[in-house]
Amino acid sequence: MLAYAARRLVLAVFTLWTVTVLSFIIIQLPPGDFVDAYMAQLSATQSNVSEQHFESLRRQYALDRPMYVQYLKWMSGVFSGDFGTSMMWRKSVLDVIGDRLAMTMVLSMGAIILTWAIALPIGIYSAVRQYSIGDYVFTFIGFVGLGVPSFLLALVLMYLGFTLFDSDIGGLFSPEYQLEPWSWGKVKDLIYHLPLPAIIIGLSGTAELIRVMRANLLDELRKPYVITARAAGMSERSLVLKYPVRVALNPFASTVGYLLPYILSGSVIVSVVLGLPTLGPLLLGSLVAQDMFLAGTIVMMLGALTVIGTFLSDLLLMWIDPRIRFGMVQ
Amino acid sequence: MQDDRQPILSVRNLKTSFFTDEGIVRAVDGASFEVHLGQTLGIVGESGCGKSVTALSILGIVPRPGRIVEGEILLRRETENGQSQEVALTSLGDSSSEMRAIRGAEIALVFQEPMTSLSPVHTIGNQIIGAARLHRKLTKQEASELAVELLSLVGIPRAEGAIDAYPFQLSGGLRQRALIALALSCDPRLLIADEPTTALDVTTQAQILDLLRSLQEQNGMAIMLITHDMGVIAEMADQVVVMYLGRVVEEGPVDTVFGESKHPYTQSLLRSIPSIHSTPKVQLPTITGTIPHPYNRPAGCPFHPRCPDVIPGVCDVHEPELQSVGDEHLVSCFLYHPVPEPSSQRSEATTG
Repeated sequence: MLAYAARRLVLAVFTLWTVTVLSFIIIQLPPGDFVDAYMAQLSATQSNVSEQHFESLRRQYALDRPMYVQYLKWMSGVFSGDFGTSMMWRKSVLDVIGDRLAMTMVLSMGAIILTWAIALPIGIYSAVRQYSIGDYVFTFIGFVGLGVPSFLLALVLMYLGFTLFDSDIGGLFSPEYQLEPWSWGKVKDLIYHLPLPAIIIGLSGTAELIRVMRANLLDELRKPYVITARAAGMSERSLVLKYPVRVALNPFASTVGYLLPYILSGSVIVSVVLGLPTLGPLLLGSLVAQDMFLAGTIVMMLGALTVIGTFLSDLLLMWIDPRIRFGMVQ
Repeated sequence: MQDDRQPILSVRNLKTSFFTDEGIVRAVDGASFEVHLGQTLGIVGESGCGKSVTALSILGIVPRPGRIVEGEILLRRETENGQSQEVALTSLGDSSSEMRAIRGAEIALVFQEPMTSLSPVHTIGNQIIGAARLHRKLTKQEASELAVELLSLVGIPRAEGAIDAYPFQLSGGLRQRALIALALSCDPRLLIADEPTTALDVTTQAQILDLLRSLQEQNGMAIMLITHDMGVIAEMADQVVVMYLGRVVEEGPVDTVFGESKHPYTQSLLRSIPSIHSTPKVQLPTITGTIPHPYNRPAGCPFHPRCPDVIPGVCDVHEPELQSVGDEHLVSCFLYHPVPEPSSQRSEATTG
């Protein structure tokens, strides 16, 4: 058990390191660097800046040195808690990410909780009442949910909200709280704004989860242990919840790991459309501007979330499934 | 003790059908038999002849799209003043609280797959305790002591440890014992064992049958043993019911059915048992053909296409009925009772 956890930890560190190297290389693959992109942007706005300024910028960020030197420089900073400077924002990367990371996590957690709270009961219902009218209705809604791109839904809802209710549903805060420091009012405002983006982001996941839960449970409902429980005189509701649902939930534990980074990165377009102050739009902007330290840090965080999430779901699976827990000991 | 002459369970003309998109499957088509306390009723027949569905019908847990369409299932229960009273299980709703109070408490089931008949993610103890507390007012502590007691009763070594074991940690034989312990948790008076030994090796099979027999001697319960194995029937049963395509074709005390079998199907089944006296390296006699597809049952006697003694013009036209051929010995075959009047049948056939 401990040996297993330790082995996973070593592997996790190695995976993370690979992620940083790969992301660093990939970010630098497009021709040119940040300064080139910056120059192009400046010349587009007809600003006049001397060659020397660009050269000093290059030296400042060590862009004139080979890639591995840049990487080592960045990594040595990372180990001392300095993730580099965002060239685009001219601030430390941590300062740029700061609040947005917290917002992203709040939103992601909201979307995950909403997804599970909606999908699991519907999935159970659909399986227990297979081929009932309710099952068909939910199946239909589910496929629509899978088929409609989330950003389109976001646009439609924003349009409807604007025309019908005259309210701006973009963002996570009302304009008056946008730049305010944290207060009770701002938290309430956040809670008020949170559900809609969370629904939009969680929609396709919800539809998928309904299908998976339904299929898993249908498999389990046909197992003989259900007949055993039924023959013992358990009521249908309590036996379904105690045995097959419990078994059908196991596969979900293994997907917890992918949820965190998926919702974070999968919602880039929706976040851009809705103007959410999350990491997604920031990542997009940093990639366009070739702001490699900012982009590298975000990609590294996504990698870290994936690795941590996978590790957590392994532990969770071990906790809830005795077959895995005891399989390990032997 | 109540009157032993009165059956604890009587099944009368039970018909259970499955209404599928492809058509109606008559899984049980008019089965009648009785089970007595302290006795074992063996139900035997090939796969797909409605044995398991009969068991599920008695418990009221026939899965959709199946349901009981006709017939009566009567359970004799003891009332508080020592009298006995018959309850028609078929008139209770499948999920009614009365029916659930009978399931598990009065009638218990040991199902045929020890590998999958227990939840893989709950401990043995958890499942036994859960079942026991459904019908008995027990604290968790008492229920857990009962579970240990039951597990040692069914011969599981180190029962104190076994309640914390998960099914996958036990061998097939031990799992079947655990399943029997679960079924016994509420002291049922009728135990339905549906192919309890099919998935087990021969040695374990003998042990489980011994266990069932000694449990019956201890608590006097009735056992309904469903199997396709004539050897198991010979060893265990007092009464035998032979089923074919959802119907009872022969019924009687075990010695009579084995010694003086009347129905060609029973005779074929008995012939196909390997004997220690038979000539070596000779093919076993088999029953020709296979069980007909349930959607197109043959007209007349359902066994006539495979029957060696078929009477053309009779067996493929008329349906035989279960009739007496001796002391407690019933057979449904035209070899032993008169054919219905041909004239009346023919006129019916032309008008119908």
